[in-house]
Amino acid sequence: MIRINHLTKSFKKFRALDDINLQLERGQTISLLGPNGSGKTTLIKSILGLVIPEKGSIHINGQEIRSHWSYRSKIGYMPQIGRYPENMTIRQVLAMLREVRRDCKQYDEELIHQFDLPSFDHKLMRNLSGGTRQKVSACLAFLFSPDILILDEPTAGLDPVASEILKDKIARERANGKLVLITSHVLSDLDEITSHVVYLQEGKLICFKTVEELKESTGQHQLNKVIAAMMQTHLHENNY
Amino acid sequence: MKTIIKYVLIDLLKNRTILIYTLVLAVLTISVTGMSDNMSKGMLSLLNITLLFVPIISILFSTIYFFNSAEFTELLLAQPIRRKSMLLASYTGISTALGLAYLAGVGVTVCVLYNSLAAIALVISGVLLTLIFSALALLIFVVFKDKTRGIGAAIITALFFTLLFDGLLLAFIYSFSDYPIDQPLLAFISLNPVDLARILVLLQLDAAVMMGYSGALFKKFMGSAMGTIYTTACMLCWMIIPLILAVRIFRKKDI
Repeated sequence: MIRINHLTKSFKKFRALDDINLQLERGQTISLLGPNGSGKTTLIKSILGLVIPEKGSIHINGQEIRSHWSYRSKIGYMPQIGRYPENMTIRQVLAMLREVRRDCKQYDEELIHQFDLPSFDHKLMRNLSGGTRQKVSACLAFLFSPDILILDEPTAGLDPVASEILKDKIARERANGKLVLITSHVLSDLDEITSHVVYLQEGKLICFKTVEELKESTGQHQLNKVIAAMMQTHLHENNY
Repeated sequence: MKTIIKYVLIDLLKNRTILIYTLVLAVLTISVTGMSDNMSKGMLSLLNITLLFVPIISILFSTIYFFNSAEFTELLLAQPIRRKSMLLASYTGISTALGLAYLAGVGVTVCVLYNSLAAIALVISGVLLTLIFSALALLIFVVFKDKTRGIGAAIITALFFTLLFDGLLLAFIYSFSDYPIDQPLLAFISLNPVDLARILVLLQLDAAVMMGYSGALFKKFMGSAMGTIYTTACMLCWMIIPLILAVRIFRKKDI
C-alpha cells in the first residue's frame, strides 16, 4: 500500500533519513520506534508530502506521490502537537475540516461520541488543555474514514481512559483492513496493538520485522524489553 | 480556498489585538479630526498616523499570526489541498481582517467627514499598505523557520521602510546634489512603499509642493493623474511580487 524506495533526506549537513526502503501493506499496525532525532517524524512527514525528499520515491497504491496532492484524501493524520486557531470553537474546527474535505460524505464519528466531544464543543480552542486538544486531533484523523492512518505520538498527553478508547479504535480499524502507522516513546502502550516494528536509528532503517519474529530472536516477551535488547546490541556493534 | 478564508476571518474578527487596533485607530481619527479646523491639516495628521501605525502593526501581527498557526497549517496541508491555495487563503484572510480594521477605524470617519478625493486617496493608501506589509510578512514566514528570527526580521523590515529609508534618501540627495538626480530619485522612491503611500495622498492635496522634495517632484514630472496611476501601480507590485516569491519558496519548503 505504501512503498518507499531509497528515501533520503538531509537538513543541511544532518542526515535525517538515509536510504530507507519499506513496503507497508493493509491490515498492518506498524510501530515506528527509535531514539529522539532518529528520523521518525521526518519519515511520516515525507509520506504526507510535507517534507520533500531529496532522493528516492514514495508510492501510495502504486501512485507516485510527488506532485499529486489528491492522494492525501486517503490519509488521516494526527500530529504530535495539535495547535488550532485560538478563537475557534471545537465545533467550528470540525465544521471547517468537513468543508475542506467536501469530497468525503461518509463520516466516522465514533470517536467524537466516545470522547463525548459534543458536550463541550462550544469551548474555544485556546481554553482547552493539551489532552483535550489531542482528543480533537484524534477525532479529526479518524473523521473521514481514511485507508491509512498516521498517528504521531497519539497517546502522549491523553488520560488512561481516553488512551484506552483510542487504542480500541486503532485495533478495530486495523481489523477493518486499514494500515496504521504509529510513533510513540511509550513502548508498553503499543504492546497489544502492534503487528510490525520499524526501528530507525540516526536515519537508518535498522529493522522491519513482525513482533513475533522480534520476540523469538531476542528471547523477550514484552515489547519494551525486546526494543531495549535490540538497542543494546546496536550500541555494542557501534562500539566495536 | 474559500473555506479557509472564511474560518481565518472567523478566528481573526474575534481576535483581541485586531479589536484594539481598530479602536485605537478610531480614537485617533476622531480626536485628530475634531482638533484640526481645516481639512488639509487634519488629513496630514491622519496621513502621518497611517504611515506610522499601519506598516508596523500589519507586518508584526501577520508574522506572529502566521508563525502561531504553523501547526494548524501543517494539519491542513496533510489534507488534500494545494500548498499554493493554503498559503494564499491565509494571506487573504489576514489581510482582509487588517484591512477591515483600517476601514472601520479610519476609513468610515474620514469619508463621512471630509468626503473628498484626498480622503479616498488616504483610505486607499492605508489599505494598500496593509496588503503590502502582510504580503511581506508572508514572505518572512516562508523564508524563516524560527518564530523569533521571523519577528526580528519583521521589525527590521518595518523600521527600514518607515525610518531608515528616508535617511538613505537624504544621503543620496546630498551626495549627488551637483547632478540632475530628479529622475533617479523617482526610481529610488519607488523602492519604498511607505513613501509611495505618502505621495499618493499628497498628490491629492494642494500641500504637495510644500510637503518636501518627493511630492514636488512627482507633481512636476507626472502631474496628479499620472503620478497617482504610477504610485498605485508600484504599490500593487509591492504586494504581488512578495506574494509570488512566497508561493514559489513555499512550494519547496519542508514543513
